[in-house]
Formats: sequence, C-alpha cells, structure tokens
Amino acid sequence: MPDLEIELICKQIRRHIVRMVYEAKSGHIGGSMSAVEIMTVLYSEFLNHDSERPDWPDRDRFIMSKGHATPVQYAVLSQFGYIPEDELKTFRQLGTRLQGHSVLGKPPGVENSAGSLGMGLSFGLGQRLGLRLKGSGANVFVLMGDGEHNEGQIWEAAMAASHHKVSNLIGLIDLNGIQNDDFTEKTLNTNSLANKYRAFGWQVRDDIDGHDVASVREAFLWAQSTAIEGPVALQFNTVKGKGVSFMENNPAFHGAPPSDDQFKQAMTELS
Amino acid sequence: MINVPDEAATREALGPGLLKAAERSEIVVVDADLGKSTTARLIADQYPERFITFGIAEQNMASAAAGIATTGFTVIASTFAVFAEHAFDQWRMSVAQPNLDVKLFASHGGVSSGEDGASAQSVEDVGVFSSLVNFTVCVPADVVEAEAMVAAAVDNYGPWYVRLGRAKVPTIYENGSSFQVGKADTLREGNDVSIVACGLMVDRALQAAELLSDDGIKARVINMSTIRPLDTATLFKAASETGAIVVAEEHLVHSGLGALCAQALASKNPVPMEFVGIQNRYGESGKWFEILELLGLTVEGITDATRRVLSRK
Ligand SMILES: Cc1ncc(C[n+]2csc(CCOP(=O)(O)OP(=O)(O)O)c2C)c(N)n1
Ligand SMILES: [Mg+2]
Repeated sequence: MPDLEIELICKQIRRHIVRMVYEAKSGHIGGSMSAVEIMTVLYSEFLNHDSERPDWPDRDRFIMSKGHATPVQYAVLSQFGYIPEDELKTFRQLGTRLQGHSVLGKPPGVENSAGSLGMGLSFGLGQRLGLRLKGSGANVFVLMGDGEHNEGQIWEAAMAASHHKVSNLIGLIDLNGIQNDDFTEKTLNTNSLANKYRAFGWQVRDDIDGHDVASVREAFLWAQSTAIEGPVALQFNTVKGKGVSFMENNPAFHGAPPSDDQFKQAMTELS
Repeated sequence: MINVPDEAATREALGPGLLKAAERSEIVVVDADLGKSTTARLIADQYPERFITFGIAEQNMASAAAGIATTGFTVIASTFAVFAEHAFDQWRMSVAQPNLDVKLFASHGGVSSGEDGASAQSVEDVGVFSSLVNFTVCVPADVVEAEAMVAAAVDNYGPWYVRLGRAKVPTIYENGSSFQVGKADTLREGNDVSIVACGLMVDRALQAAELLSDDGIKARVINMSTIRPLDTATLFKAASETGAIVVAEEHLVHSGLGALCAQALASKNPVPMEFVGIQNRYGESGKWFEILELLGLTVEGITDATRRVLSRK
C-alpha cells in the first residue's frame, strides 16, 4: 500500500481512538496512539489474515499483550473488516463485545485475553509451539509495552523461545518511554531492552522509527525473513500519545480520557 | 495399570494415564522441571515432541499452555501444587477466562510433601482453583481413581485442576474402576450420618465408619472426588436421608470441600455439619502421616466429629 494511503488510515484510526475513549469517559489513549503505525502496517501488509475466516488454522496471529491498548486494537479490527465501524461506539459499555481489555474471541480476531501485563509473549510462544507441532509456519506477532517489560514472565518466555529455537515468533516492543504513573526511566529503568533480548538469544532491531511507515515496513520485512531461524524482537521507538500535541510524551494521558475541550482540540489536530 | 498395588501415591497414575491418553488424543504435556516427580515425564520417551519443558517458570508454562491449546491440542501441565499456585493470575487470565483446554495435574498436594515443611505443603490449593470460573476441580481417593481422572480430563473439554499426592495411601478401588466427573461415589451405605470426604481422607472415612458401626452407628461414606462442579444431588440426598454431615479433607476448612458443601446445603437443606480439616494454619516438617496426626486428620478425628454432629441432630 502506498505510504500516503497508510498514513491516512493511521489518522482515521487515531480519530477513532480519541473518540472511543472520550465517549466511554475511560480507556487508554497514550499507548494506543503510539502503536498506530505498528499495527496498521502489520495488518495491511504483513499479517496473513482474513476477516471472513477468523478461525482459519493457518492464519498469522496478532497477540495484544498490553491489553489496555484496546482502542487501537478495535479501531484496527474495524478498519480491516472484523467489526462494523458503528460498533466502536459500544466500547466499554454494558453488553458490548469491546471490553476495556482484550477478551479472546470478542470479537473474532482478538486472539487472546489480556489486561494483566506480561503474559502475551508466553501465550504467543505457546501458539508457535502448537503451530510447529501442526506443521504450520504461521507467524505469531506479540505487541508489548516497554513498562510491561518490568514483568518477569516476559523474560521467562524470552528464555524459553530461544531455548526451543522457536521460529516465526516476532515480539513487537512499543518503546514509548512511559508507563502508568511516570516515565519508565523514573519508575523502573529497564535500560536497553534490545540488549536484553540479544542476551536471551533473540535477533533484534532497535533502529526503527515507530511512526515512520517506511521504517516500520522495512523492519517487518527484515523480521519476516529473519524469524525463520528463531525468535525476533522489533523495538519501535515511539511517542506516547502520538498525534495530539498535548498528549504527546505526557504521562497524564496513559489512562485518562480527554475533557470536552481537549477532545475538540484533539479532533482538530487530527483532521 | 496392570497390577494395582495395595498402597500407591496418586501421582503414580499421571505418567501411565498420559501414555494411554496419547494413543487416542492429541495431547501436549508441558512441564516446569518436575516431570520426574510428577511422573508426567514418562511420556517423553515415546513422544519426545509432545513433552515440552519450560524450566522453573510456572507463569510462562501456564500462559504458554493456553497458547498451545488455541492451536487444537489438549494440554496437560504438571508441577507441584504449591508451584501451580505460583502462577495464579496466569491460570485465571490465560486459561480460565478464555476457557481453554488445559489440564493442571498438581502433585505433592496437601501435606504429602511432609519433611519439606510448610512451604511445600498446599493447604489451600483446592480453594484457590475452585475460586476460578470454568475450572473443574478434582481430588482422587487413590491411584485407580487418579488414572481414571487422567482419562476423563483428556476426554472432557475445559480447564481442570487435579490434586495428586506423594504419600503412598491405601488403594480402595478395584482395578479398572471408572470415574465420572461431577458424580460422587457412595462407598458405604448408612442412614444415621454421612461422611463426605475426598483424597486420602476417603480411606480414613471408611475406617471411621467401620469403627462407628461397632457402636451401632450407621455412617454413609461418600467419596466427593469432584469438588467442582459439586454433586449436589448426592449431597442433598445425604442430608435429607441421614440428617447430619461430616466433611473430611486434607485442606483448610474455610475454603475447601467442606465450605462448598456447607454453602450448597445452607440454601437447600441445612443440617448439622462438622468439619475435619486444617484450621487456619500451615503445616510443618515431619512424615506426612505424622502431620495428619498433628492436624487431627485421623480416623479418630472423624469418629469424634461424627459423635459431635450426632449429638446436634
Ligand atoms: C500485571 C499488571 N500490573 C499492573 C497493571 C496496571 N497497568 C495498566 S497499564 C500499565 C502501564 C503499562 O505501561 P506500558 O507497558 O509501557 O504500556 P503503554 O505505555 O504502551 O501504554 C500498568 C502498570 C496491569 N495492567 N497489569
Ligand atoms: Mg510505555
């Protein structure tokens, strides 16, 4: 897809994210906005999927490990035919399929349950192990936050993935520098995640601009060919709240909805 | 199992049970460096690709088991009961909430790890896993029932927790006896009082009933080996026909079989109850049977409780 077209889709997805959280008066904007290009490029050019057959055994899997980033996940699923756009309005409302944190199968296309951070890489690792036993080379992509890497379970999974020489497992790190309360550096400095993954036996790229479509695409291309040999991690350098000036790099917009005025201004900036 | 020994640990059923299950089902066995002790590792020789170890990493094992299950396998995880608890949220969010086909066989349940002391003894595991929606929870009375449970777990969809033990306890079932999930087994008839038990307390309940019969007390003995879903039909029948119930379990009384039975009975047919179990404490080092003695989980503990409950009838 031409870059310009993808950028337009990204803007549309950002508008959905802001509106969903504004209307629900709750939800996680910041970490949704930082992952827009990652997910849009993935779904449009790399993820082998079919919204008509969400149970197709040989499909690639997208695992949302940072399960609070449902606004971007649902907006992307809507963009790629899994959910009618209208349904996004039901986000976080009683009776909705679109709960605050991801629930497996709701809607079809959501491949895992999440919310408690740190479990997605293990879950994706298990899927790859199962797919390998079934003789399938389908890829499993796992999106994780940088703060999420405080959780020890991720490192259990990282160790096991290289030990078992698990191919076609691609970890996506949204390195936006902010977690719940504050900047990651102040909360728990994880230092270089890329070097840690390398030390755990993964192939890693850490030179990716997570908001530049060409850079993201090039990283996925590299990952696709490299992951045939073993687990791969892509560290996307991103900006939390990307696309709305007063949300960018602002810990306040991790999990707070915009006010009426902020909503108006955000939509103007995203028009 | 060809020869059923007079005494055996319920964990001894796991490996052989899995070998049989692998002949007819697509199973994957996951492990956290305790496959020899749980006996699950038996499967590795014949099916090396179906046995995956994750090292000493129970949280990763639990979530990865869930991931494997989504690709169409029945997954059997095993570790010790206390280490299963180590990954509670992983069992909750990765397995229970999406209702995936993962079976957790936890060995060294209860106080059977004896000499290892309090940290190794699970006095709360049945309560912990019974608290999870979608989980079937079972405690076999002996090695024969344990092996039948392995088969039943593999054949029935959904998450299971099965507590196995390390202690060699008397075998009470005949070779080849069947197990039906959610169905209690009345082992001895009687209309004066019912003793509802699970695990190694079933044999002790049978011994207690025998002693009580010397005094003319006819005790019914029920093996409630499925804790969840509870066989309330058998329980209500026992309450109405015998009018008093004693529950005996190798577990904390406030969160195990007794608590669940009391809750079920309270809203339907409350009758006097007594509870033989562990009272708000952890275990300590000693031989497993010495610890049971210390905690009052004995034949005498059951006969005493029975006399108490009869006096309240
Ligand atoms: C196990 C667990 N502990 C705490 C939380 C609460 N929590 C939700 S989001 C979050 C911060 C996540 O930061 P990061 O992974 O960097 O995500 P992003 O910046 O991409 O939103 C925290 C602590 C949680 N969801 N799970
Ligand atoms: Mg972050």
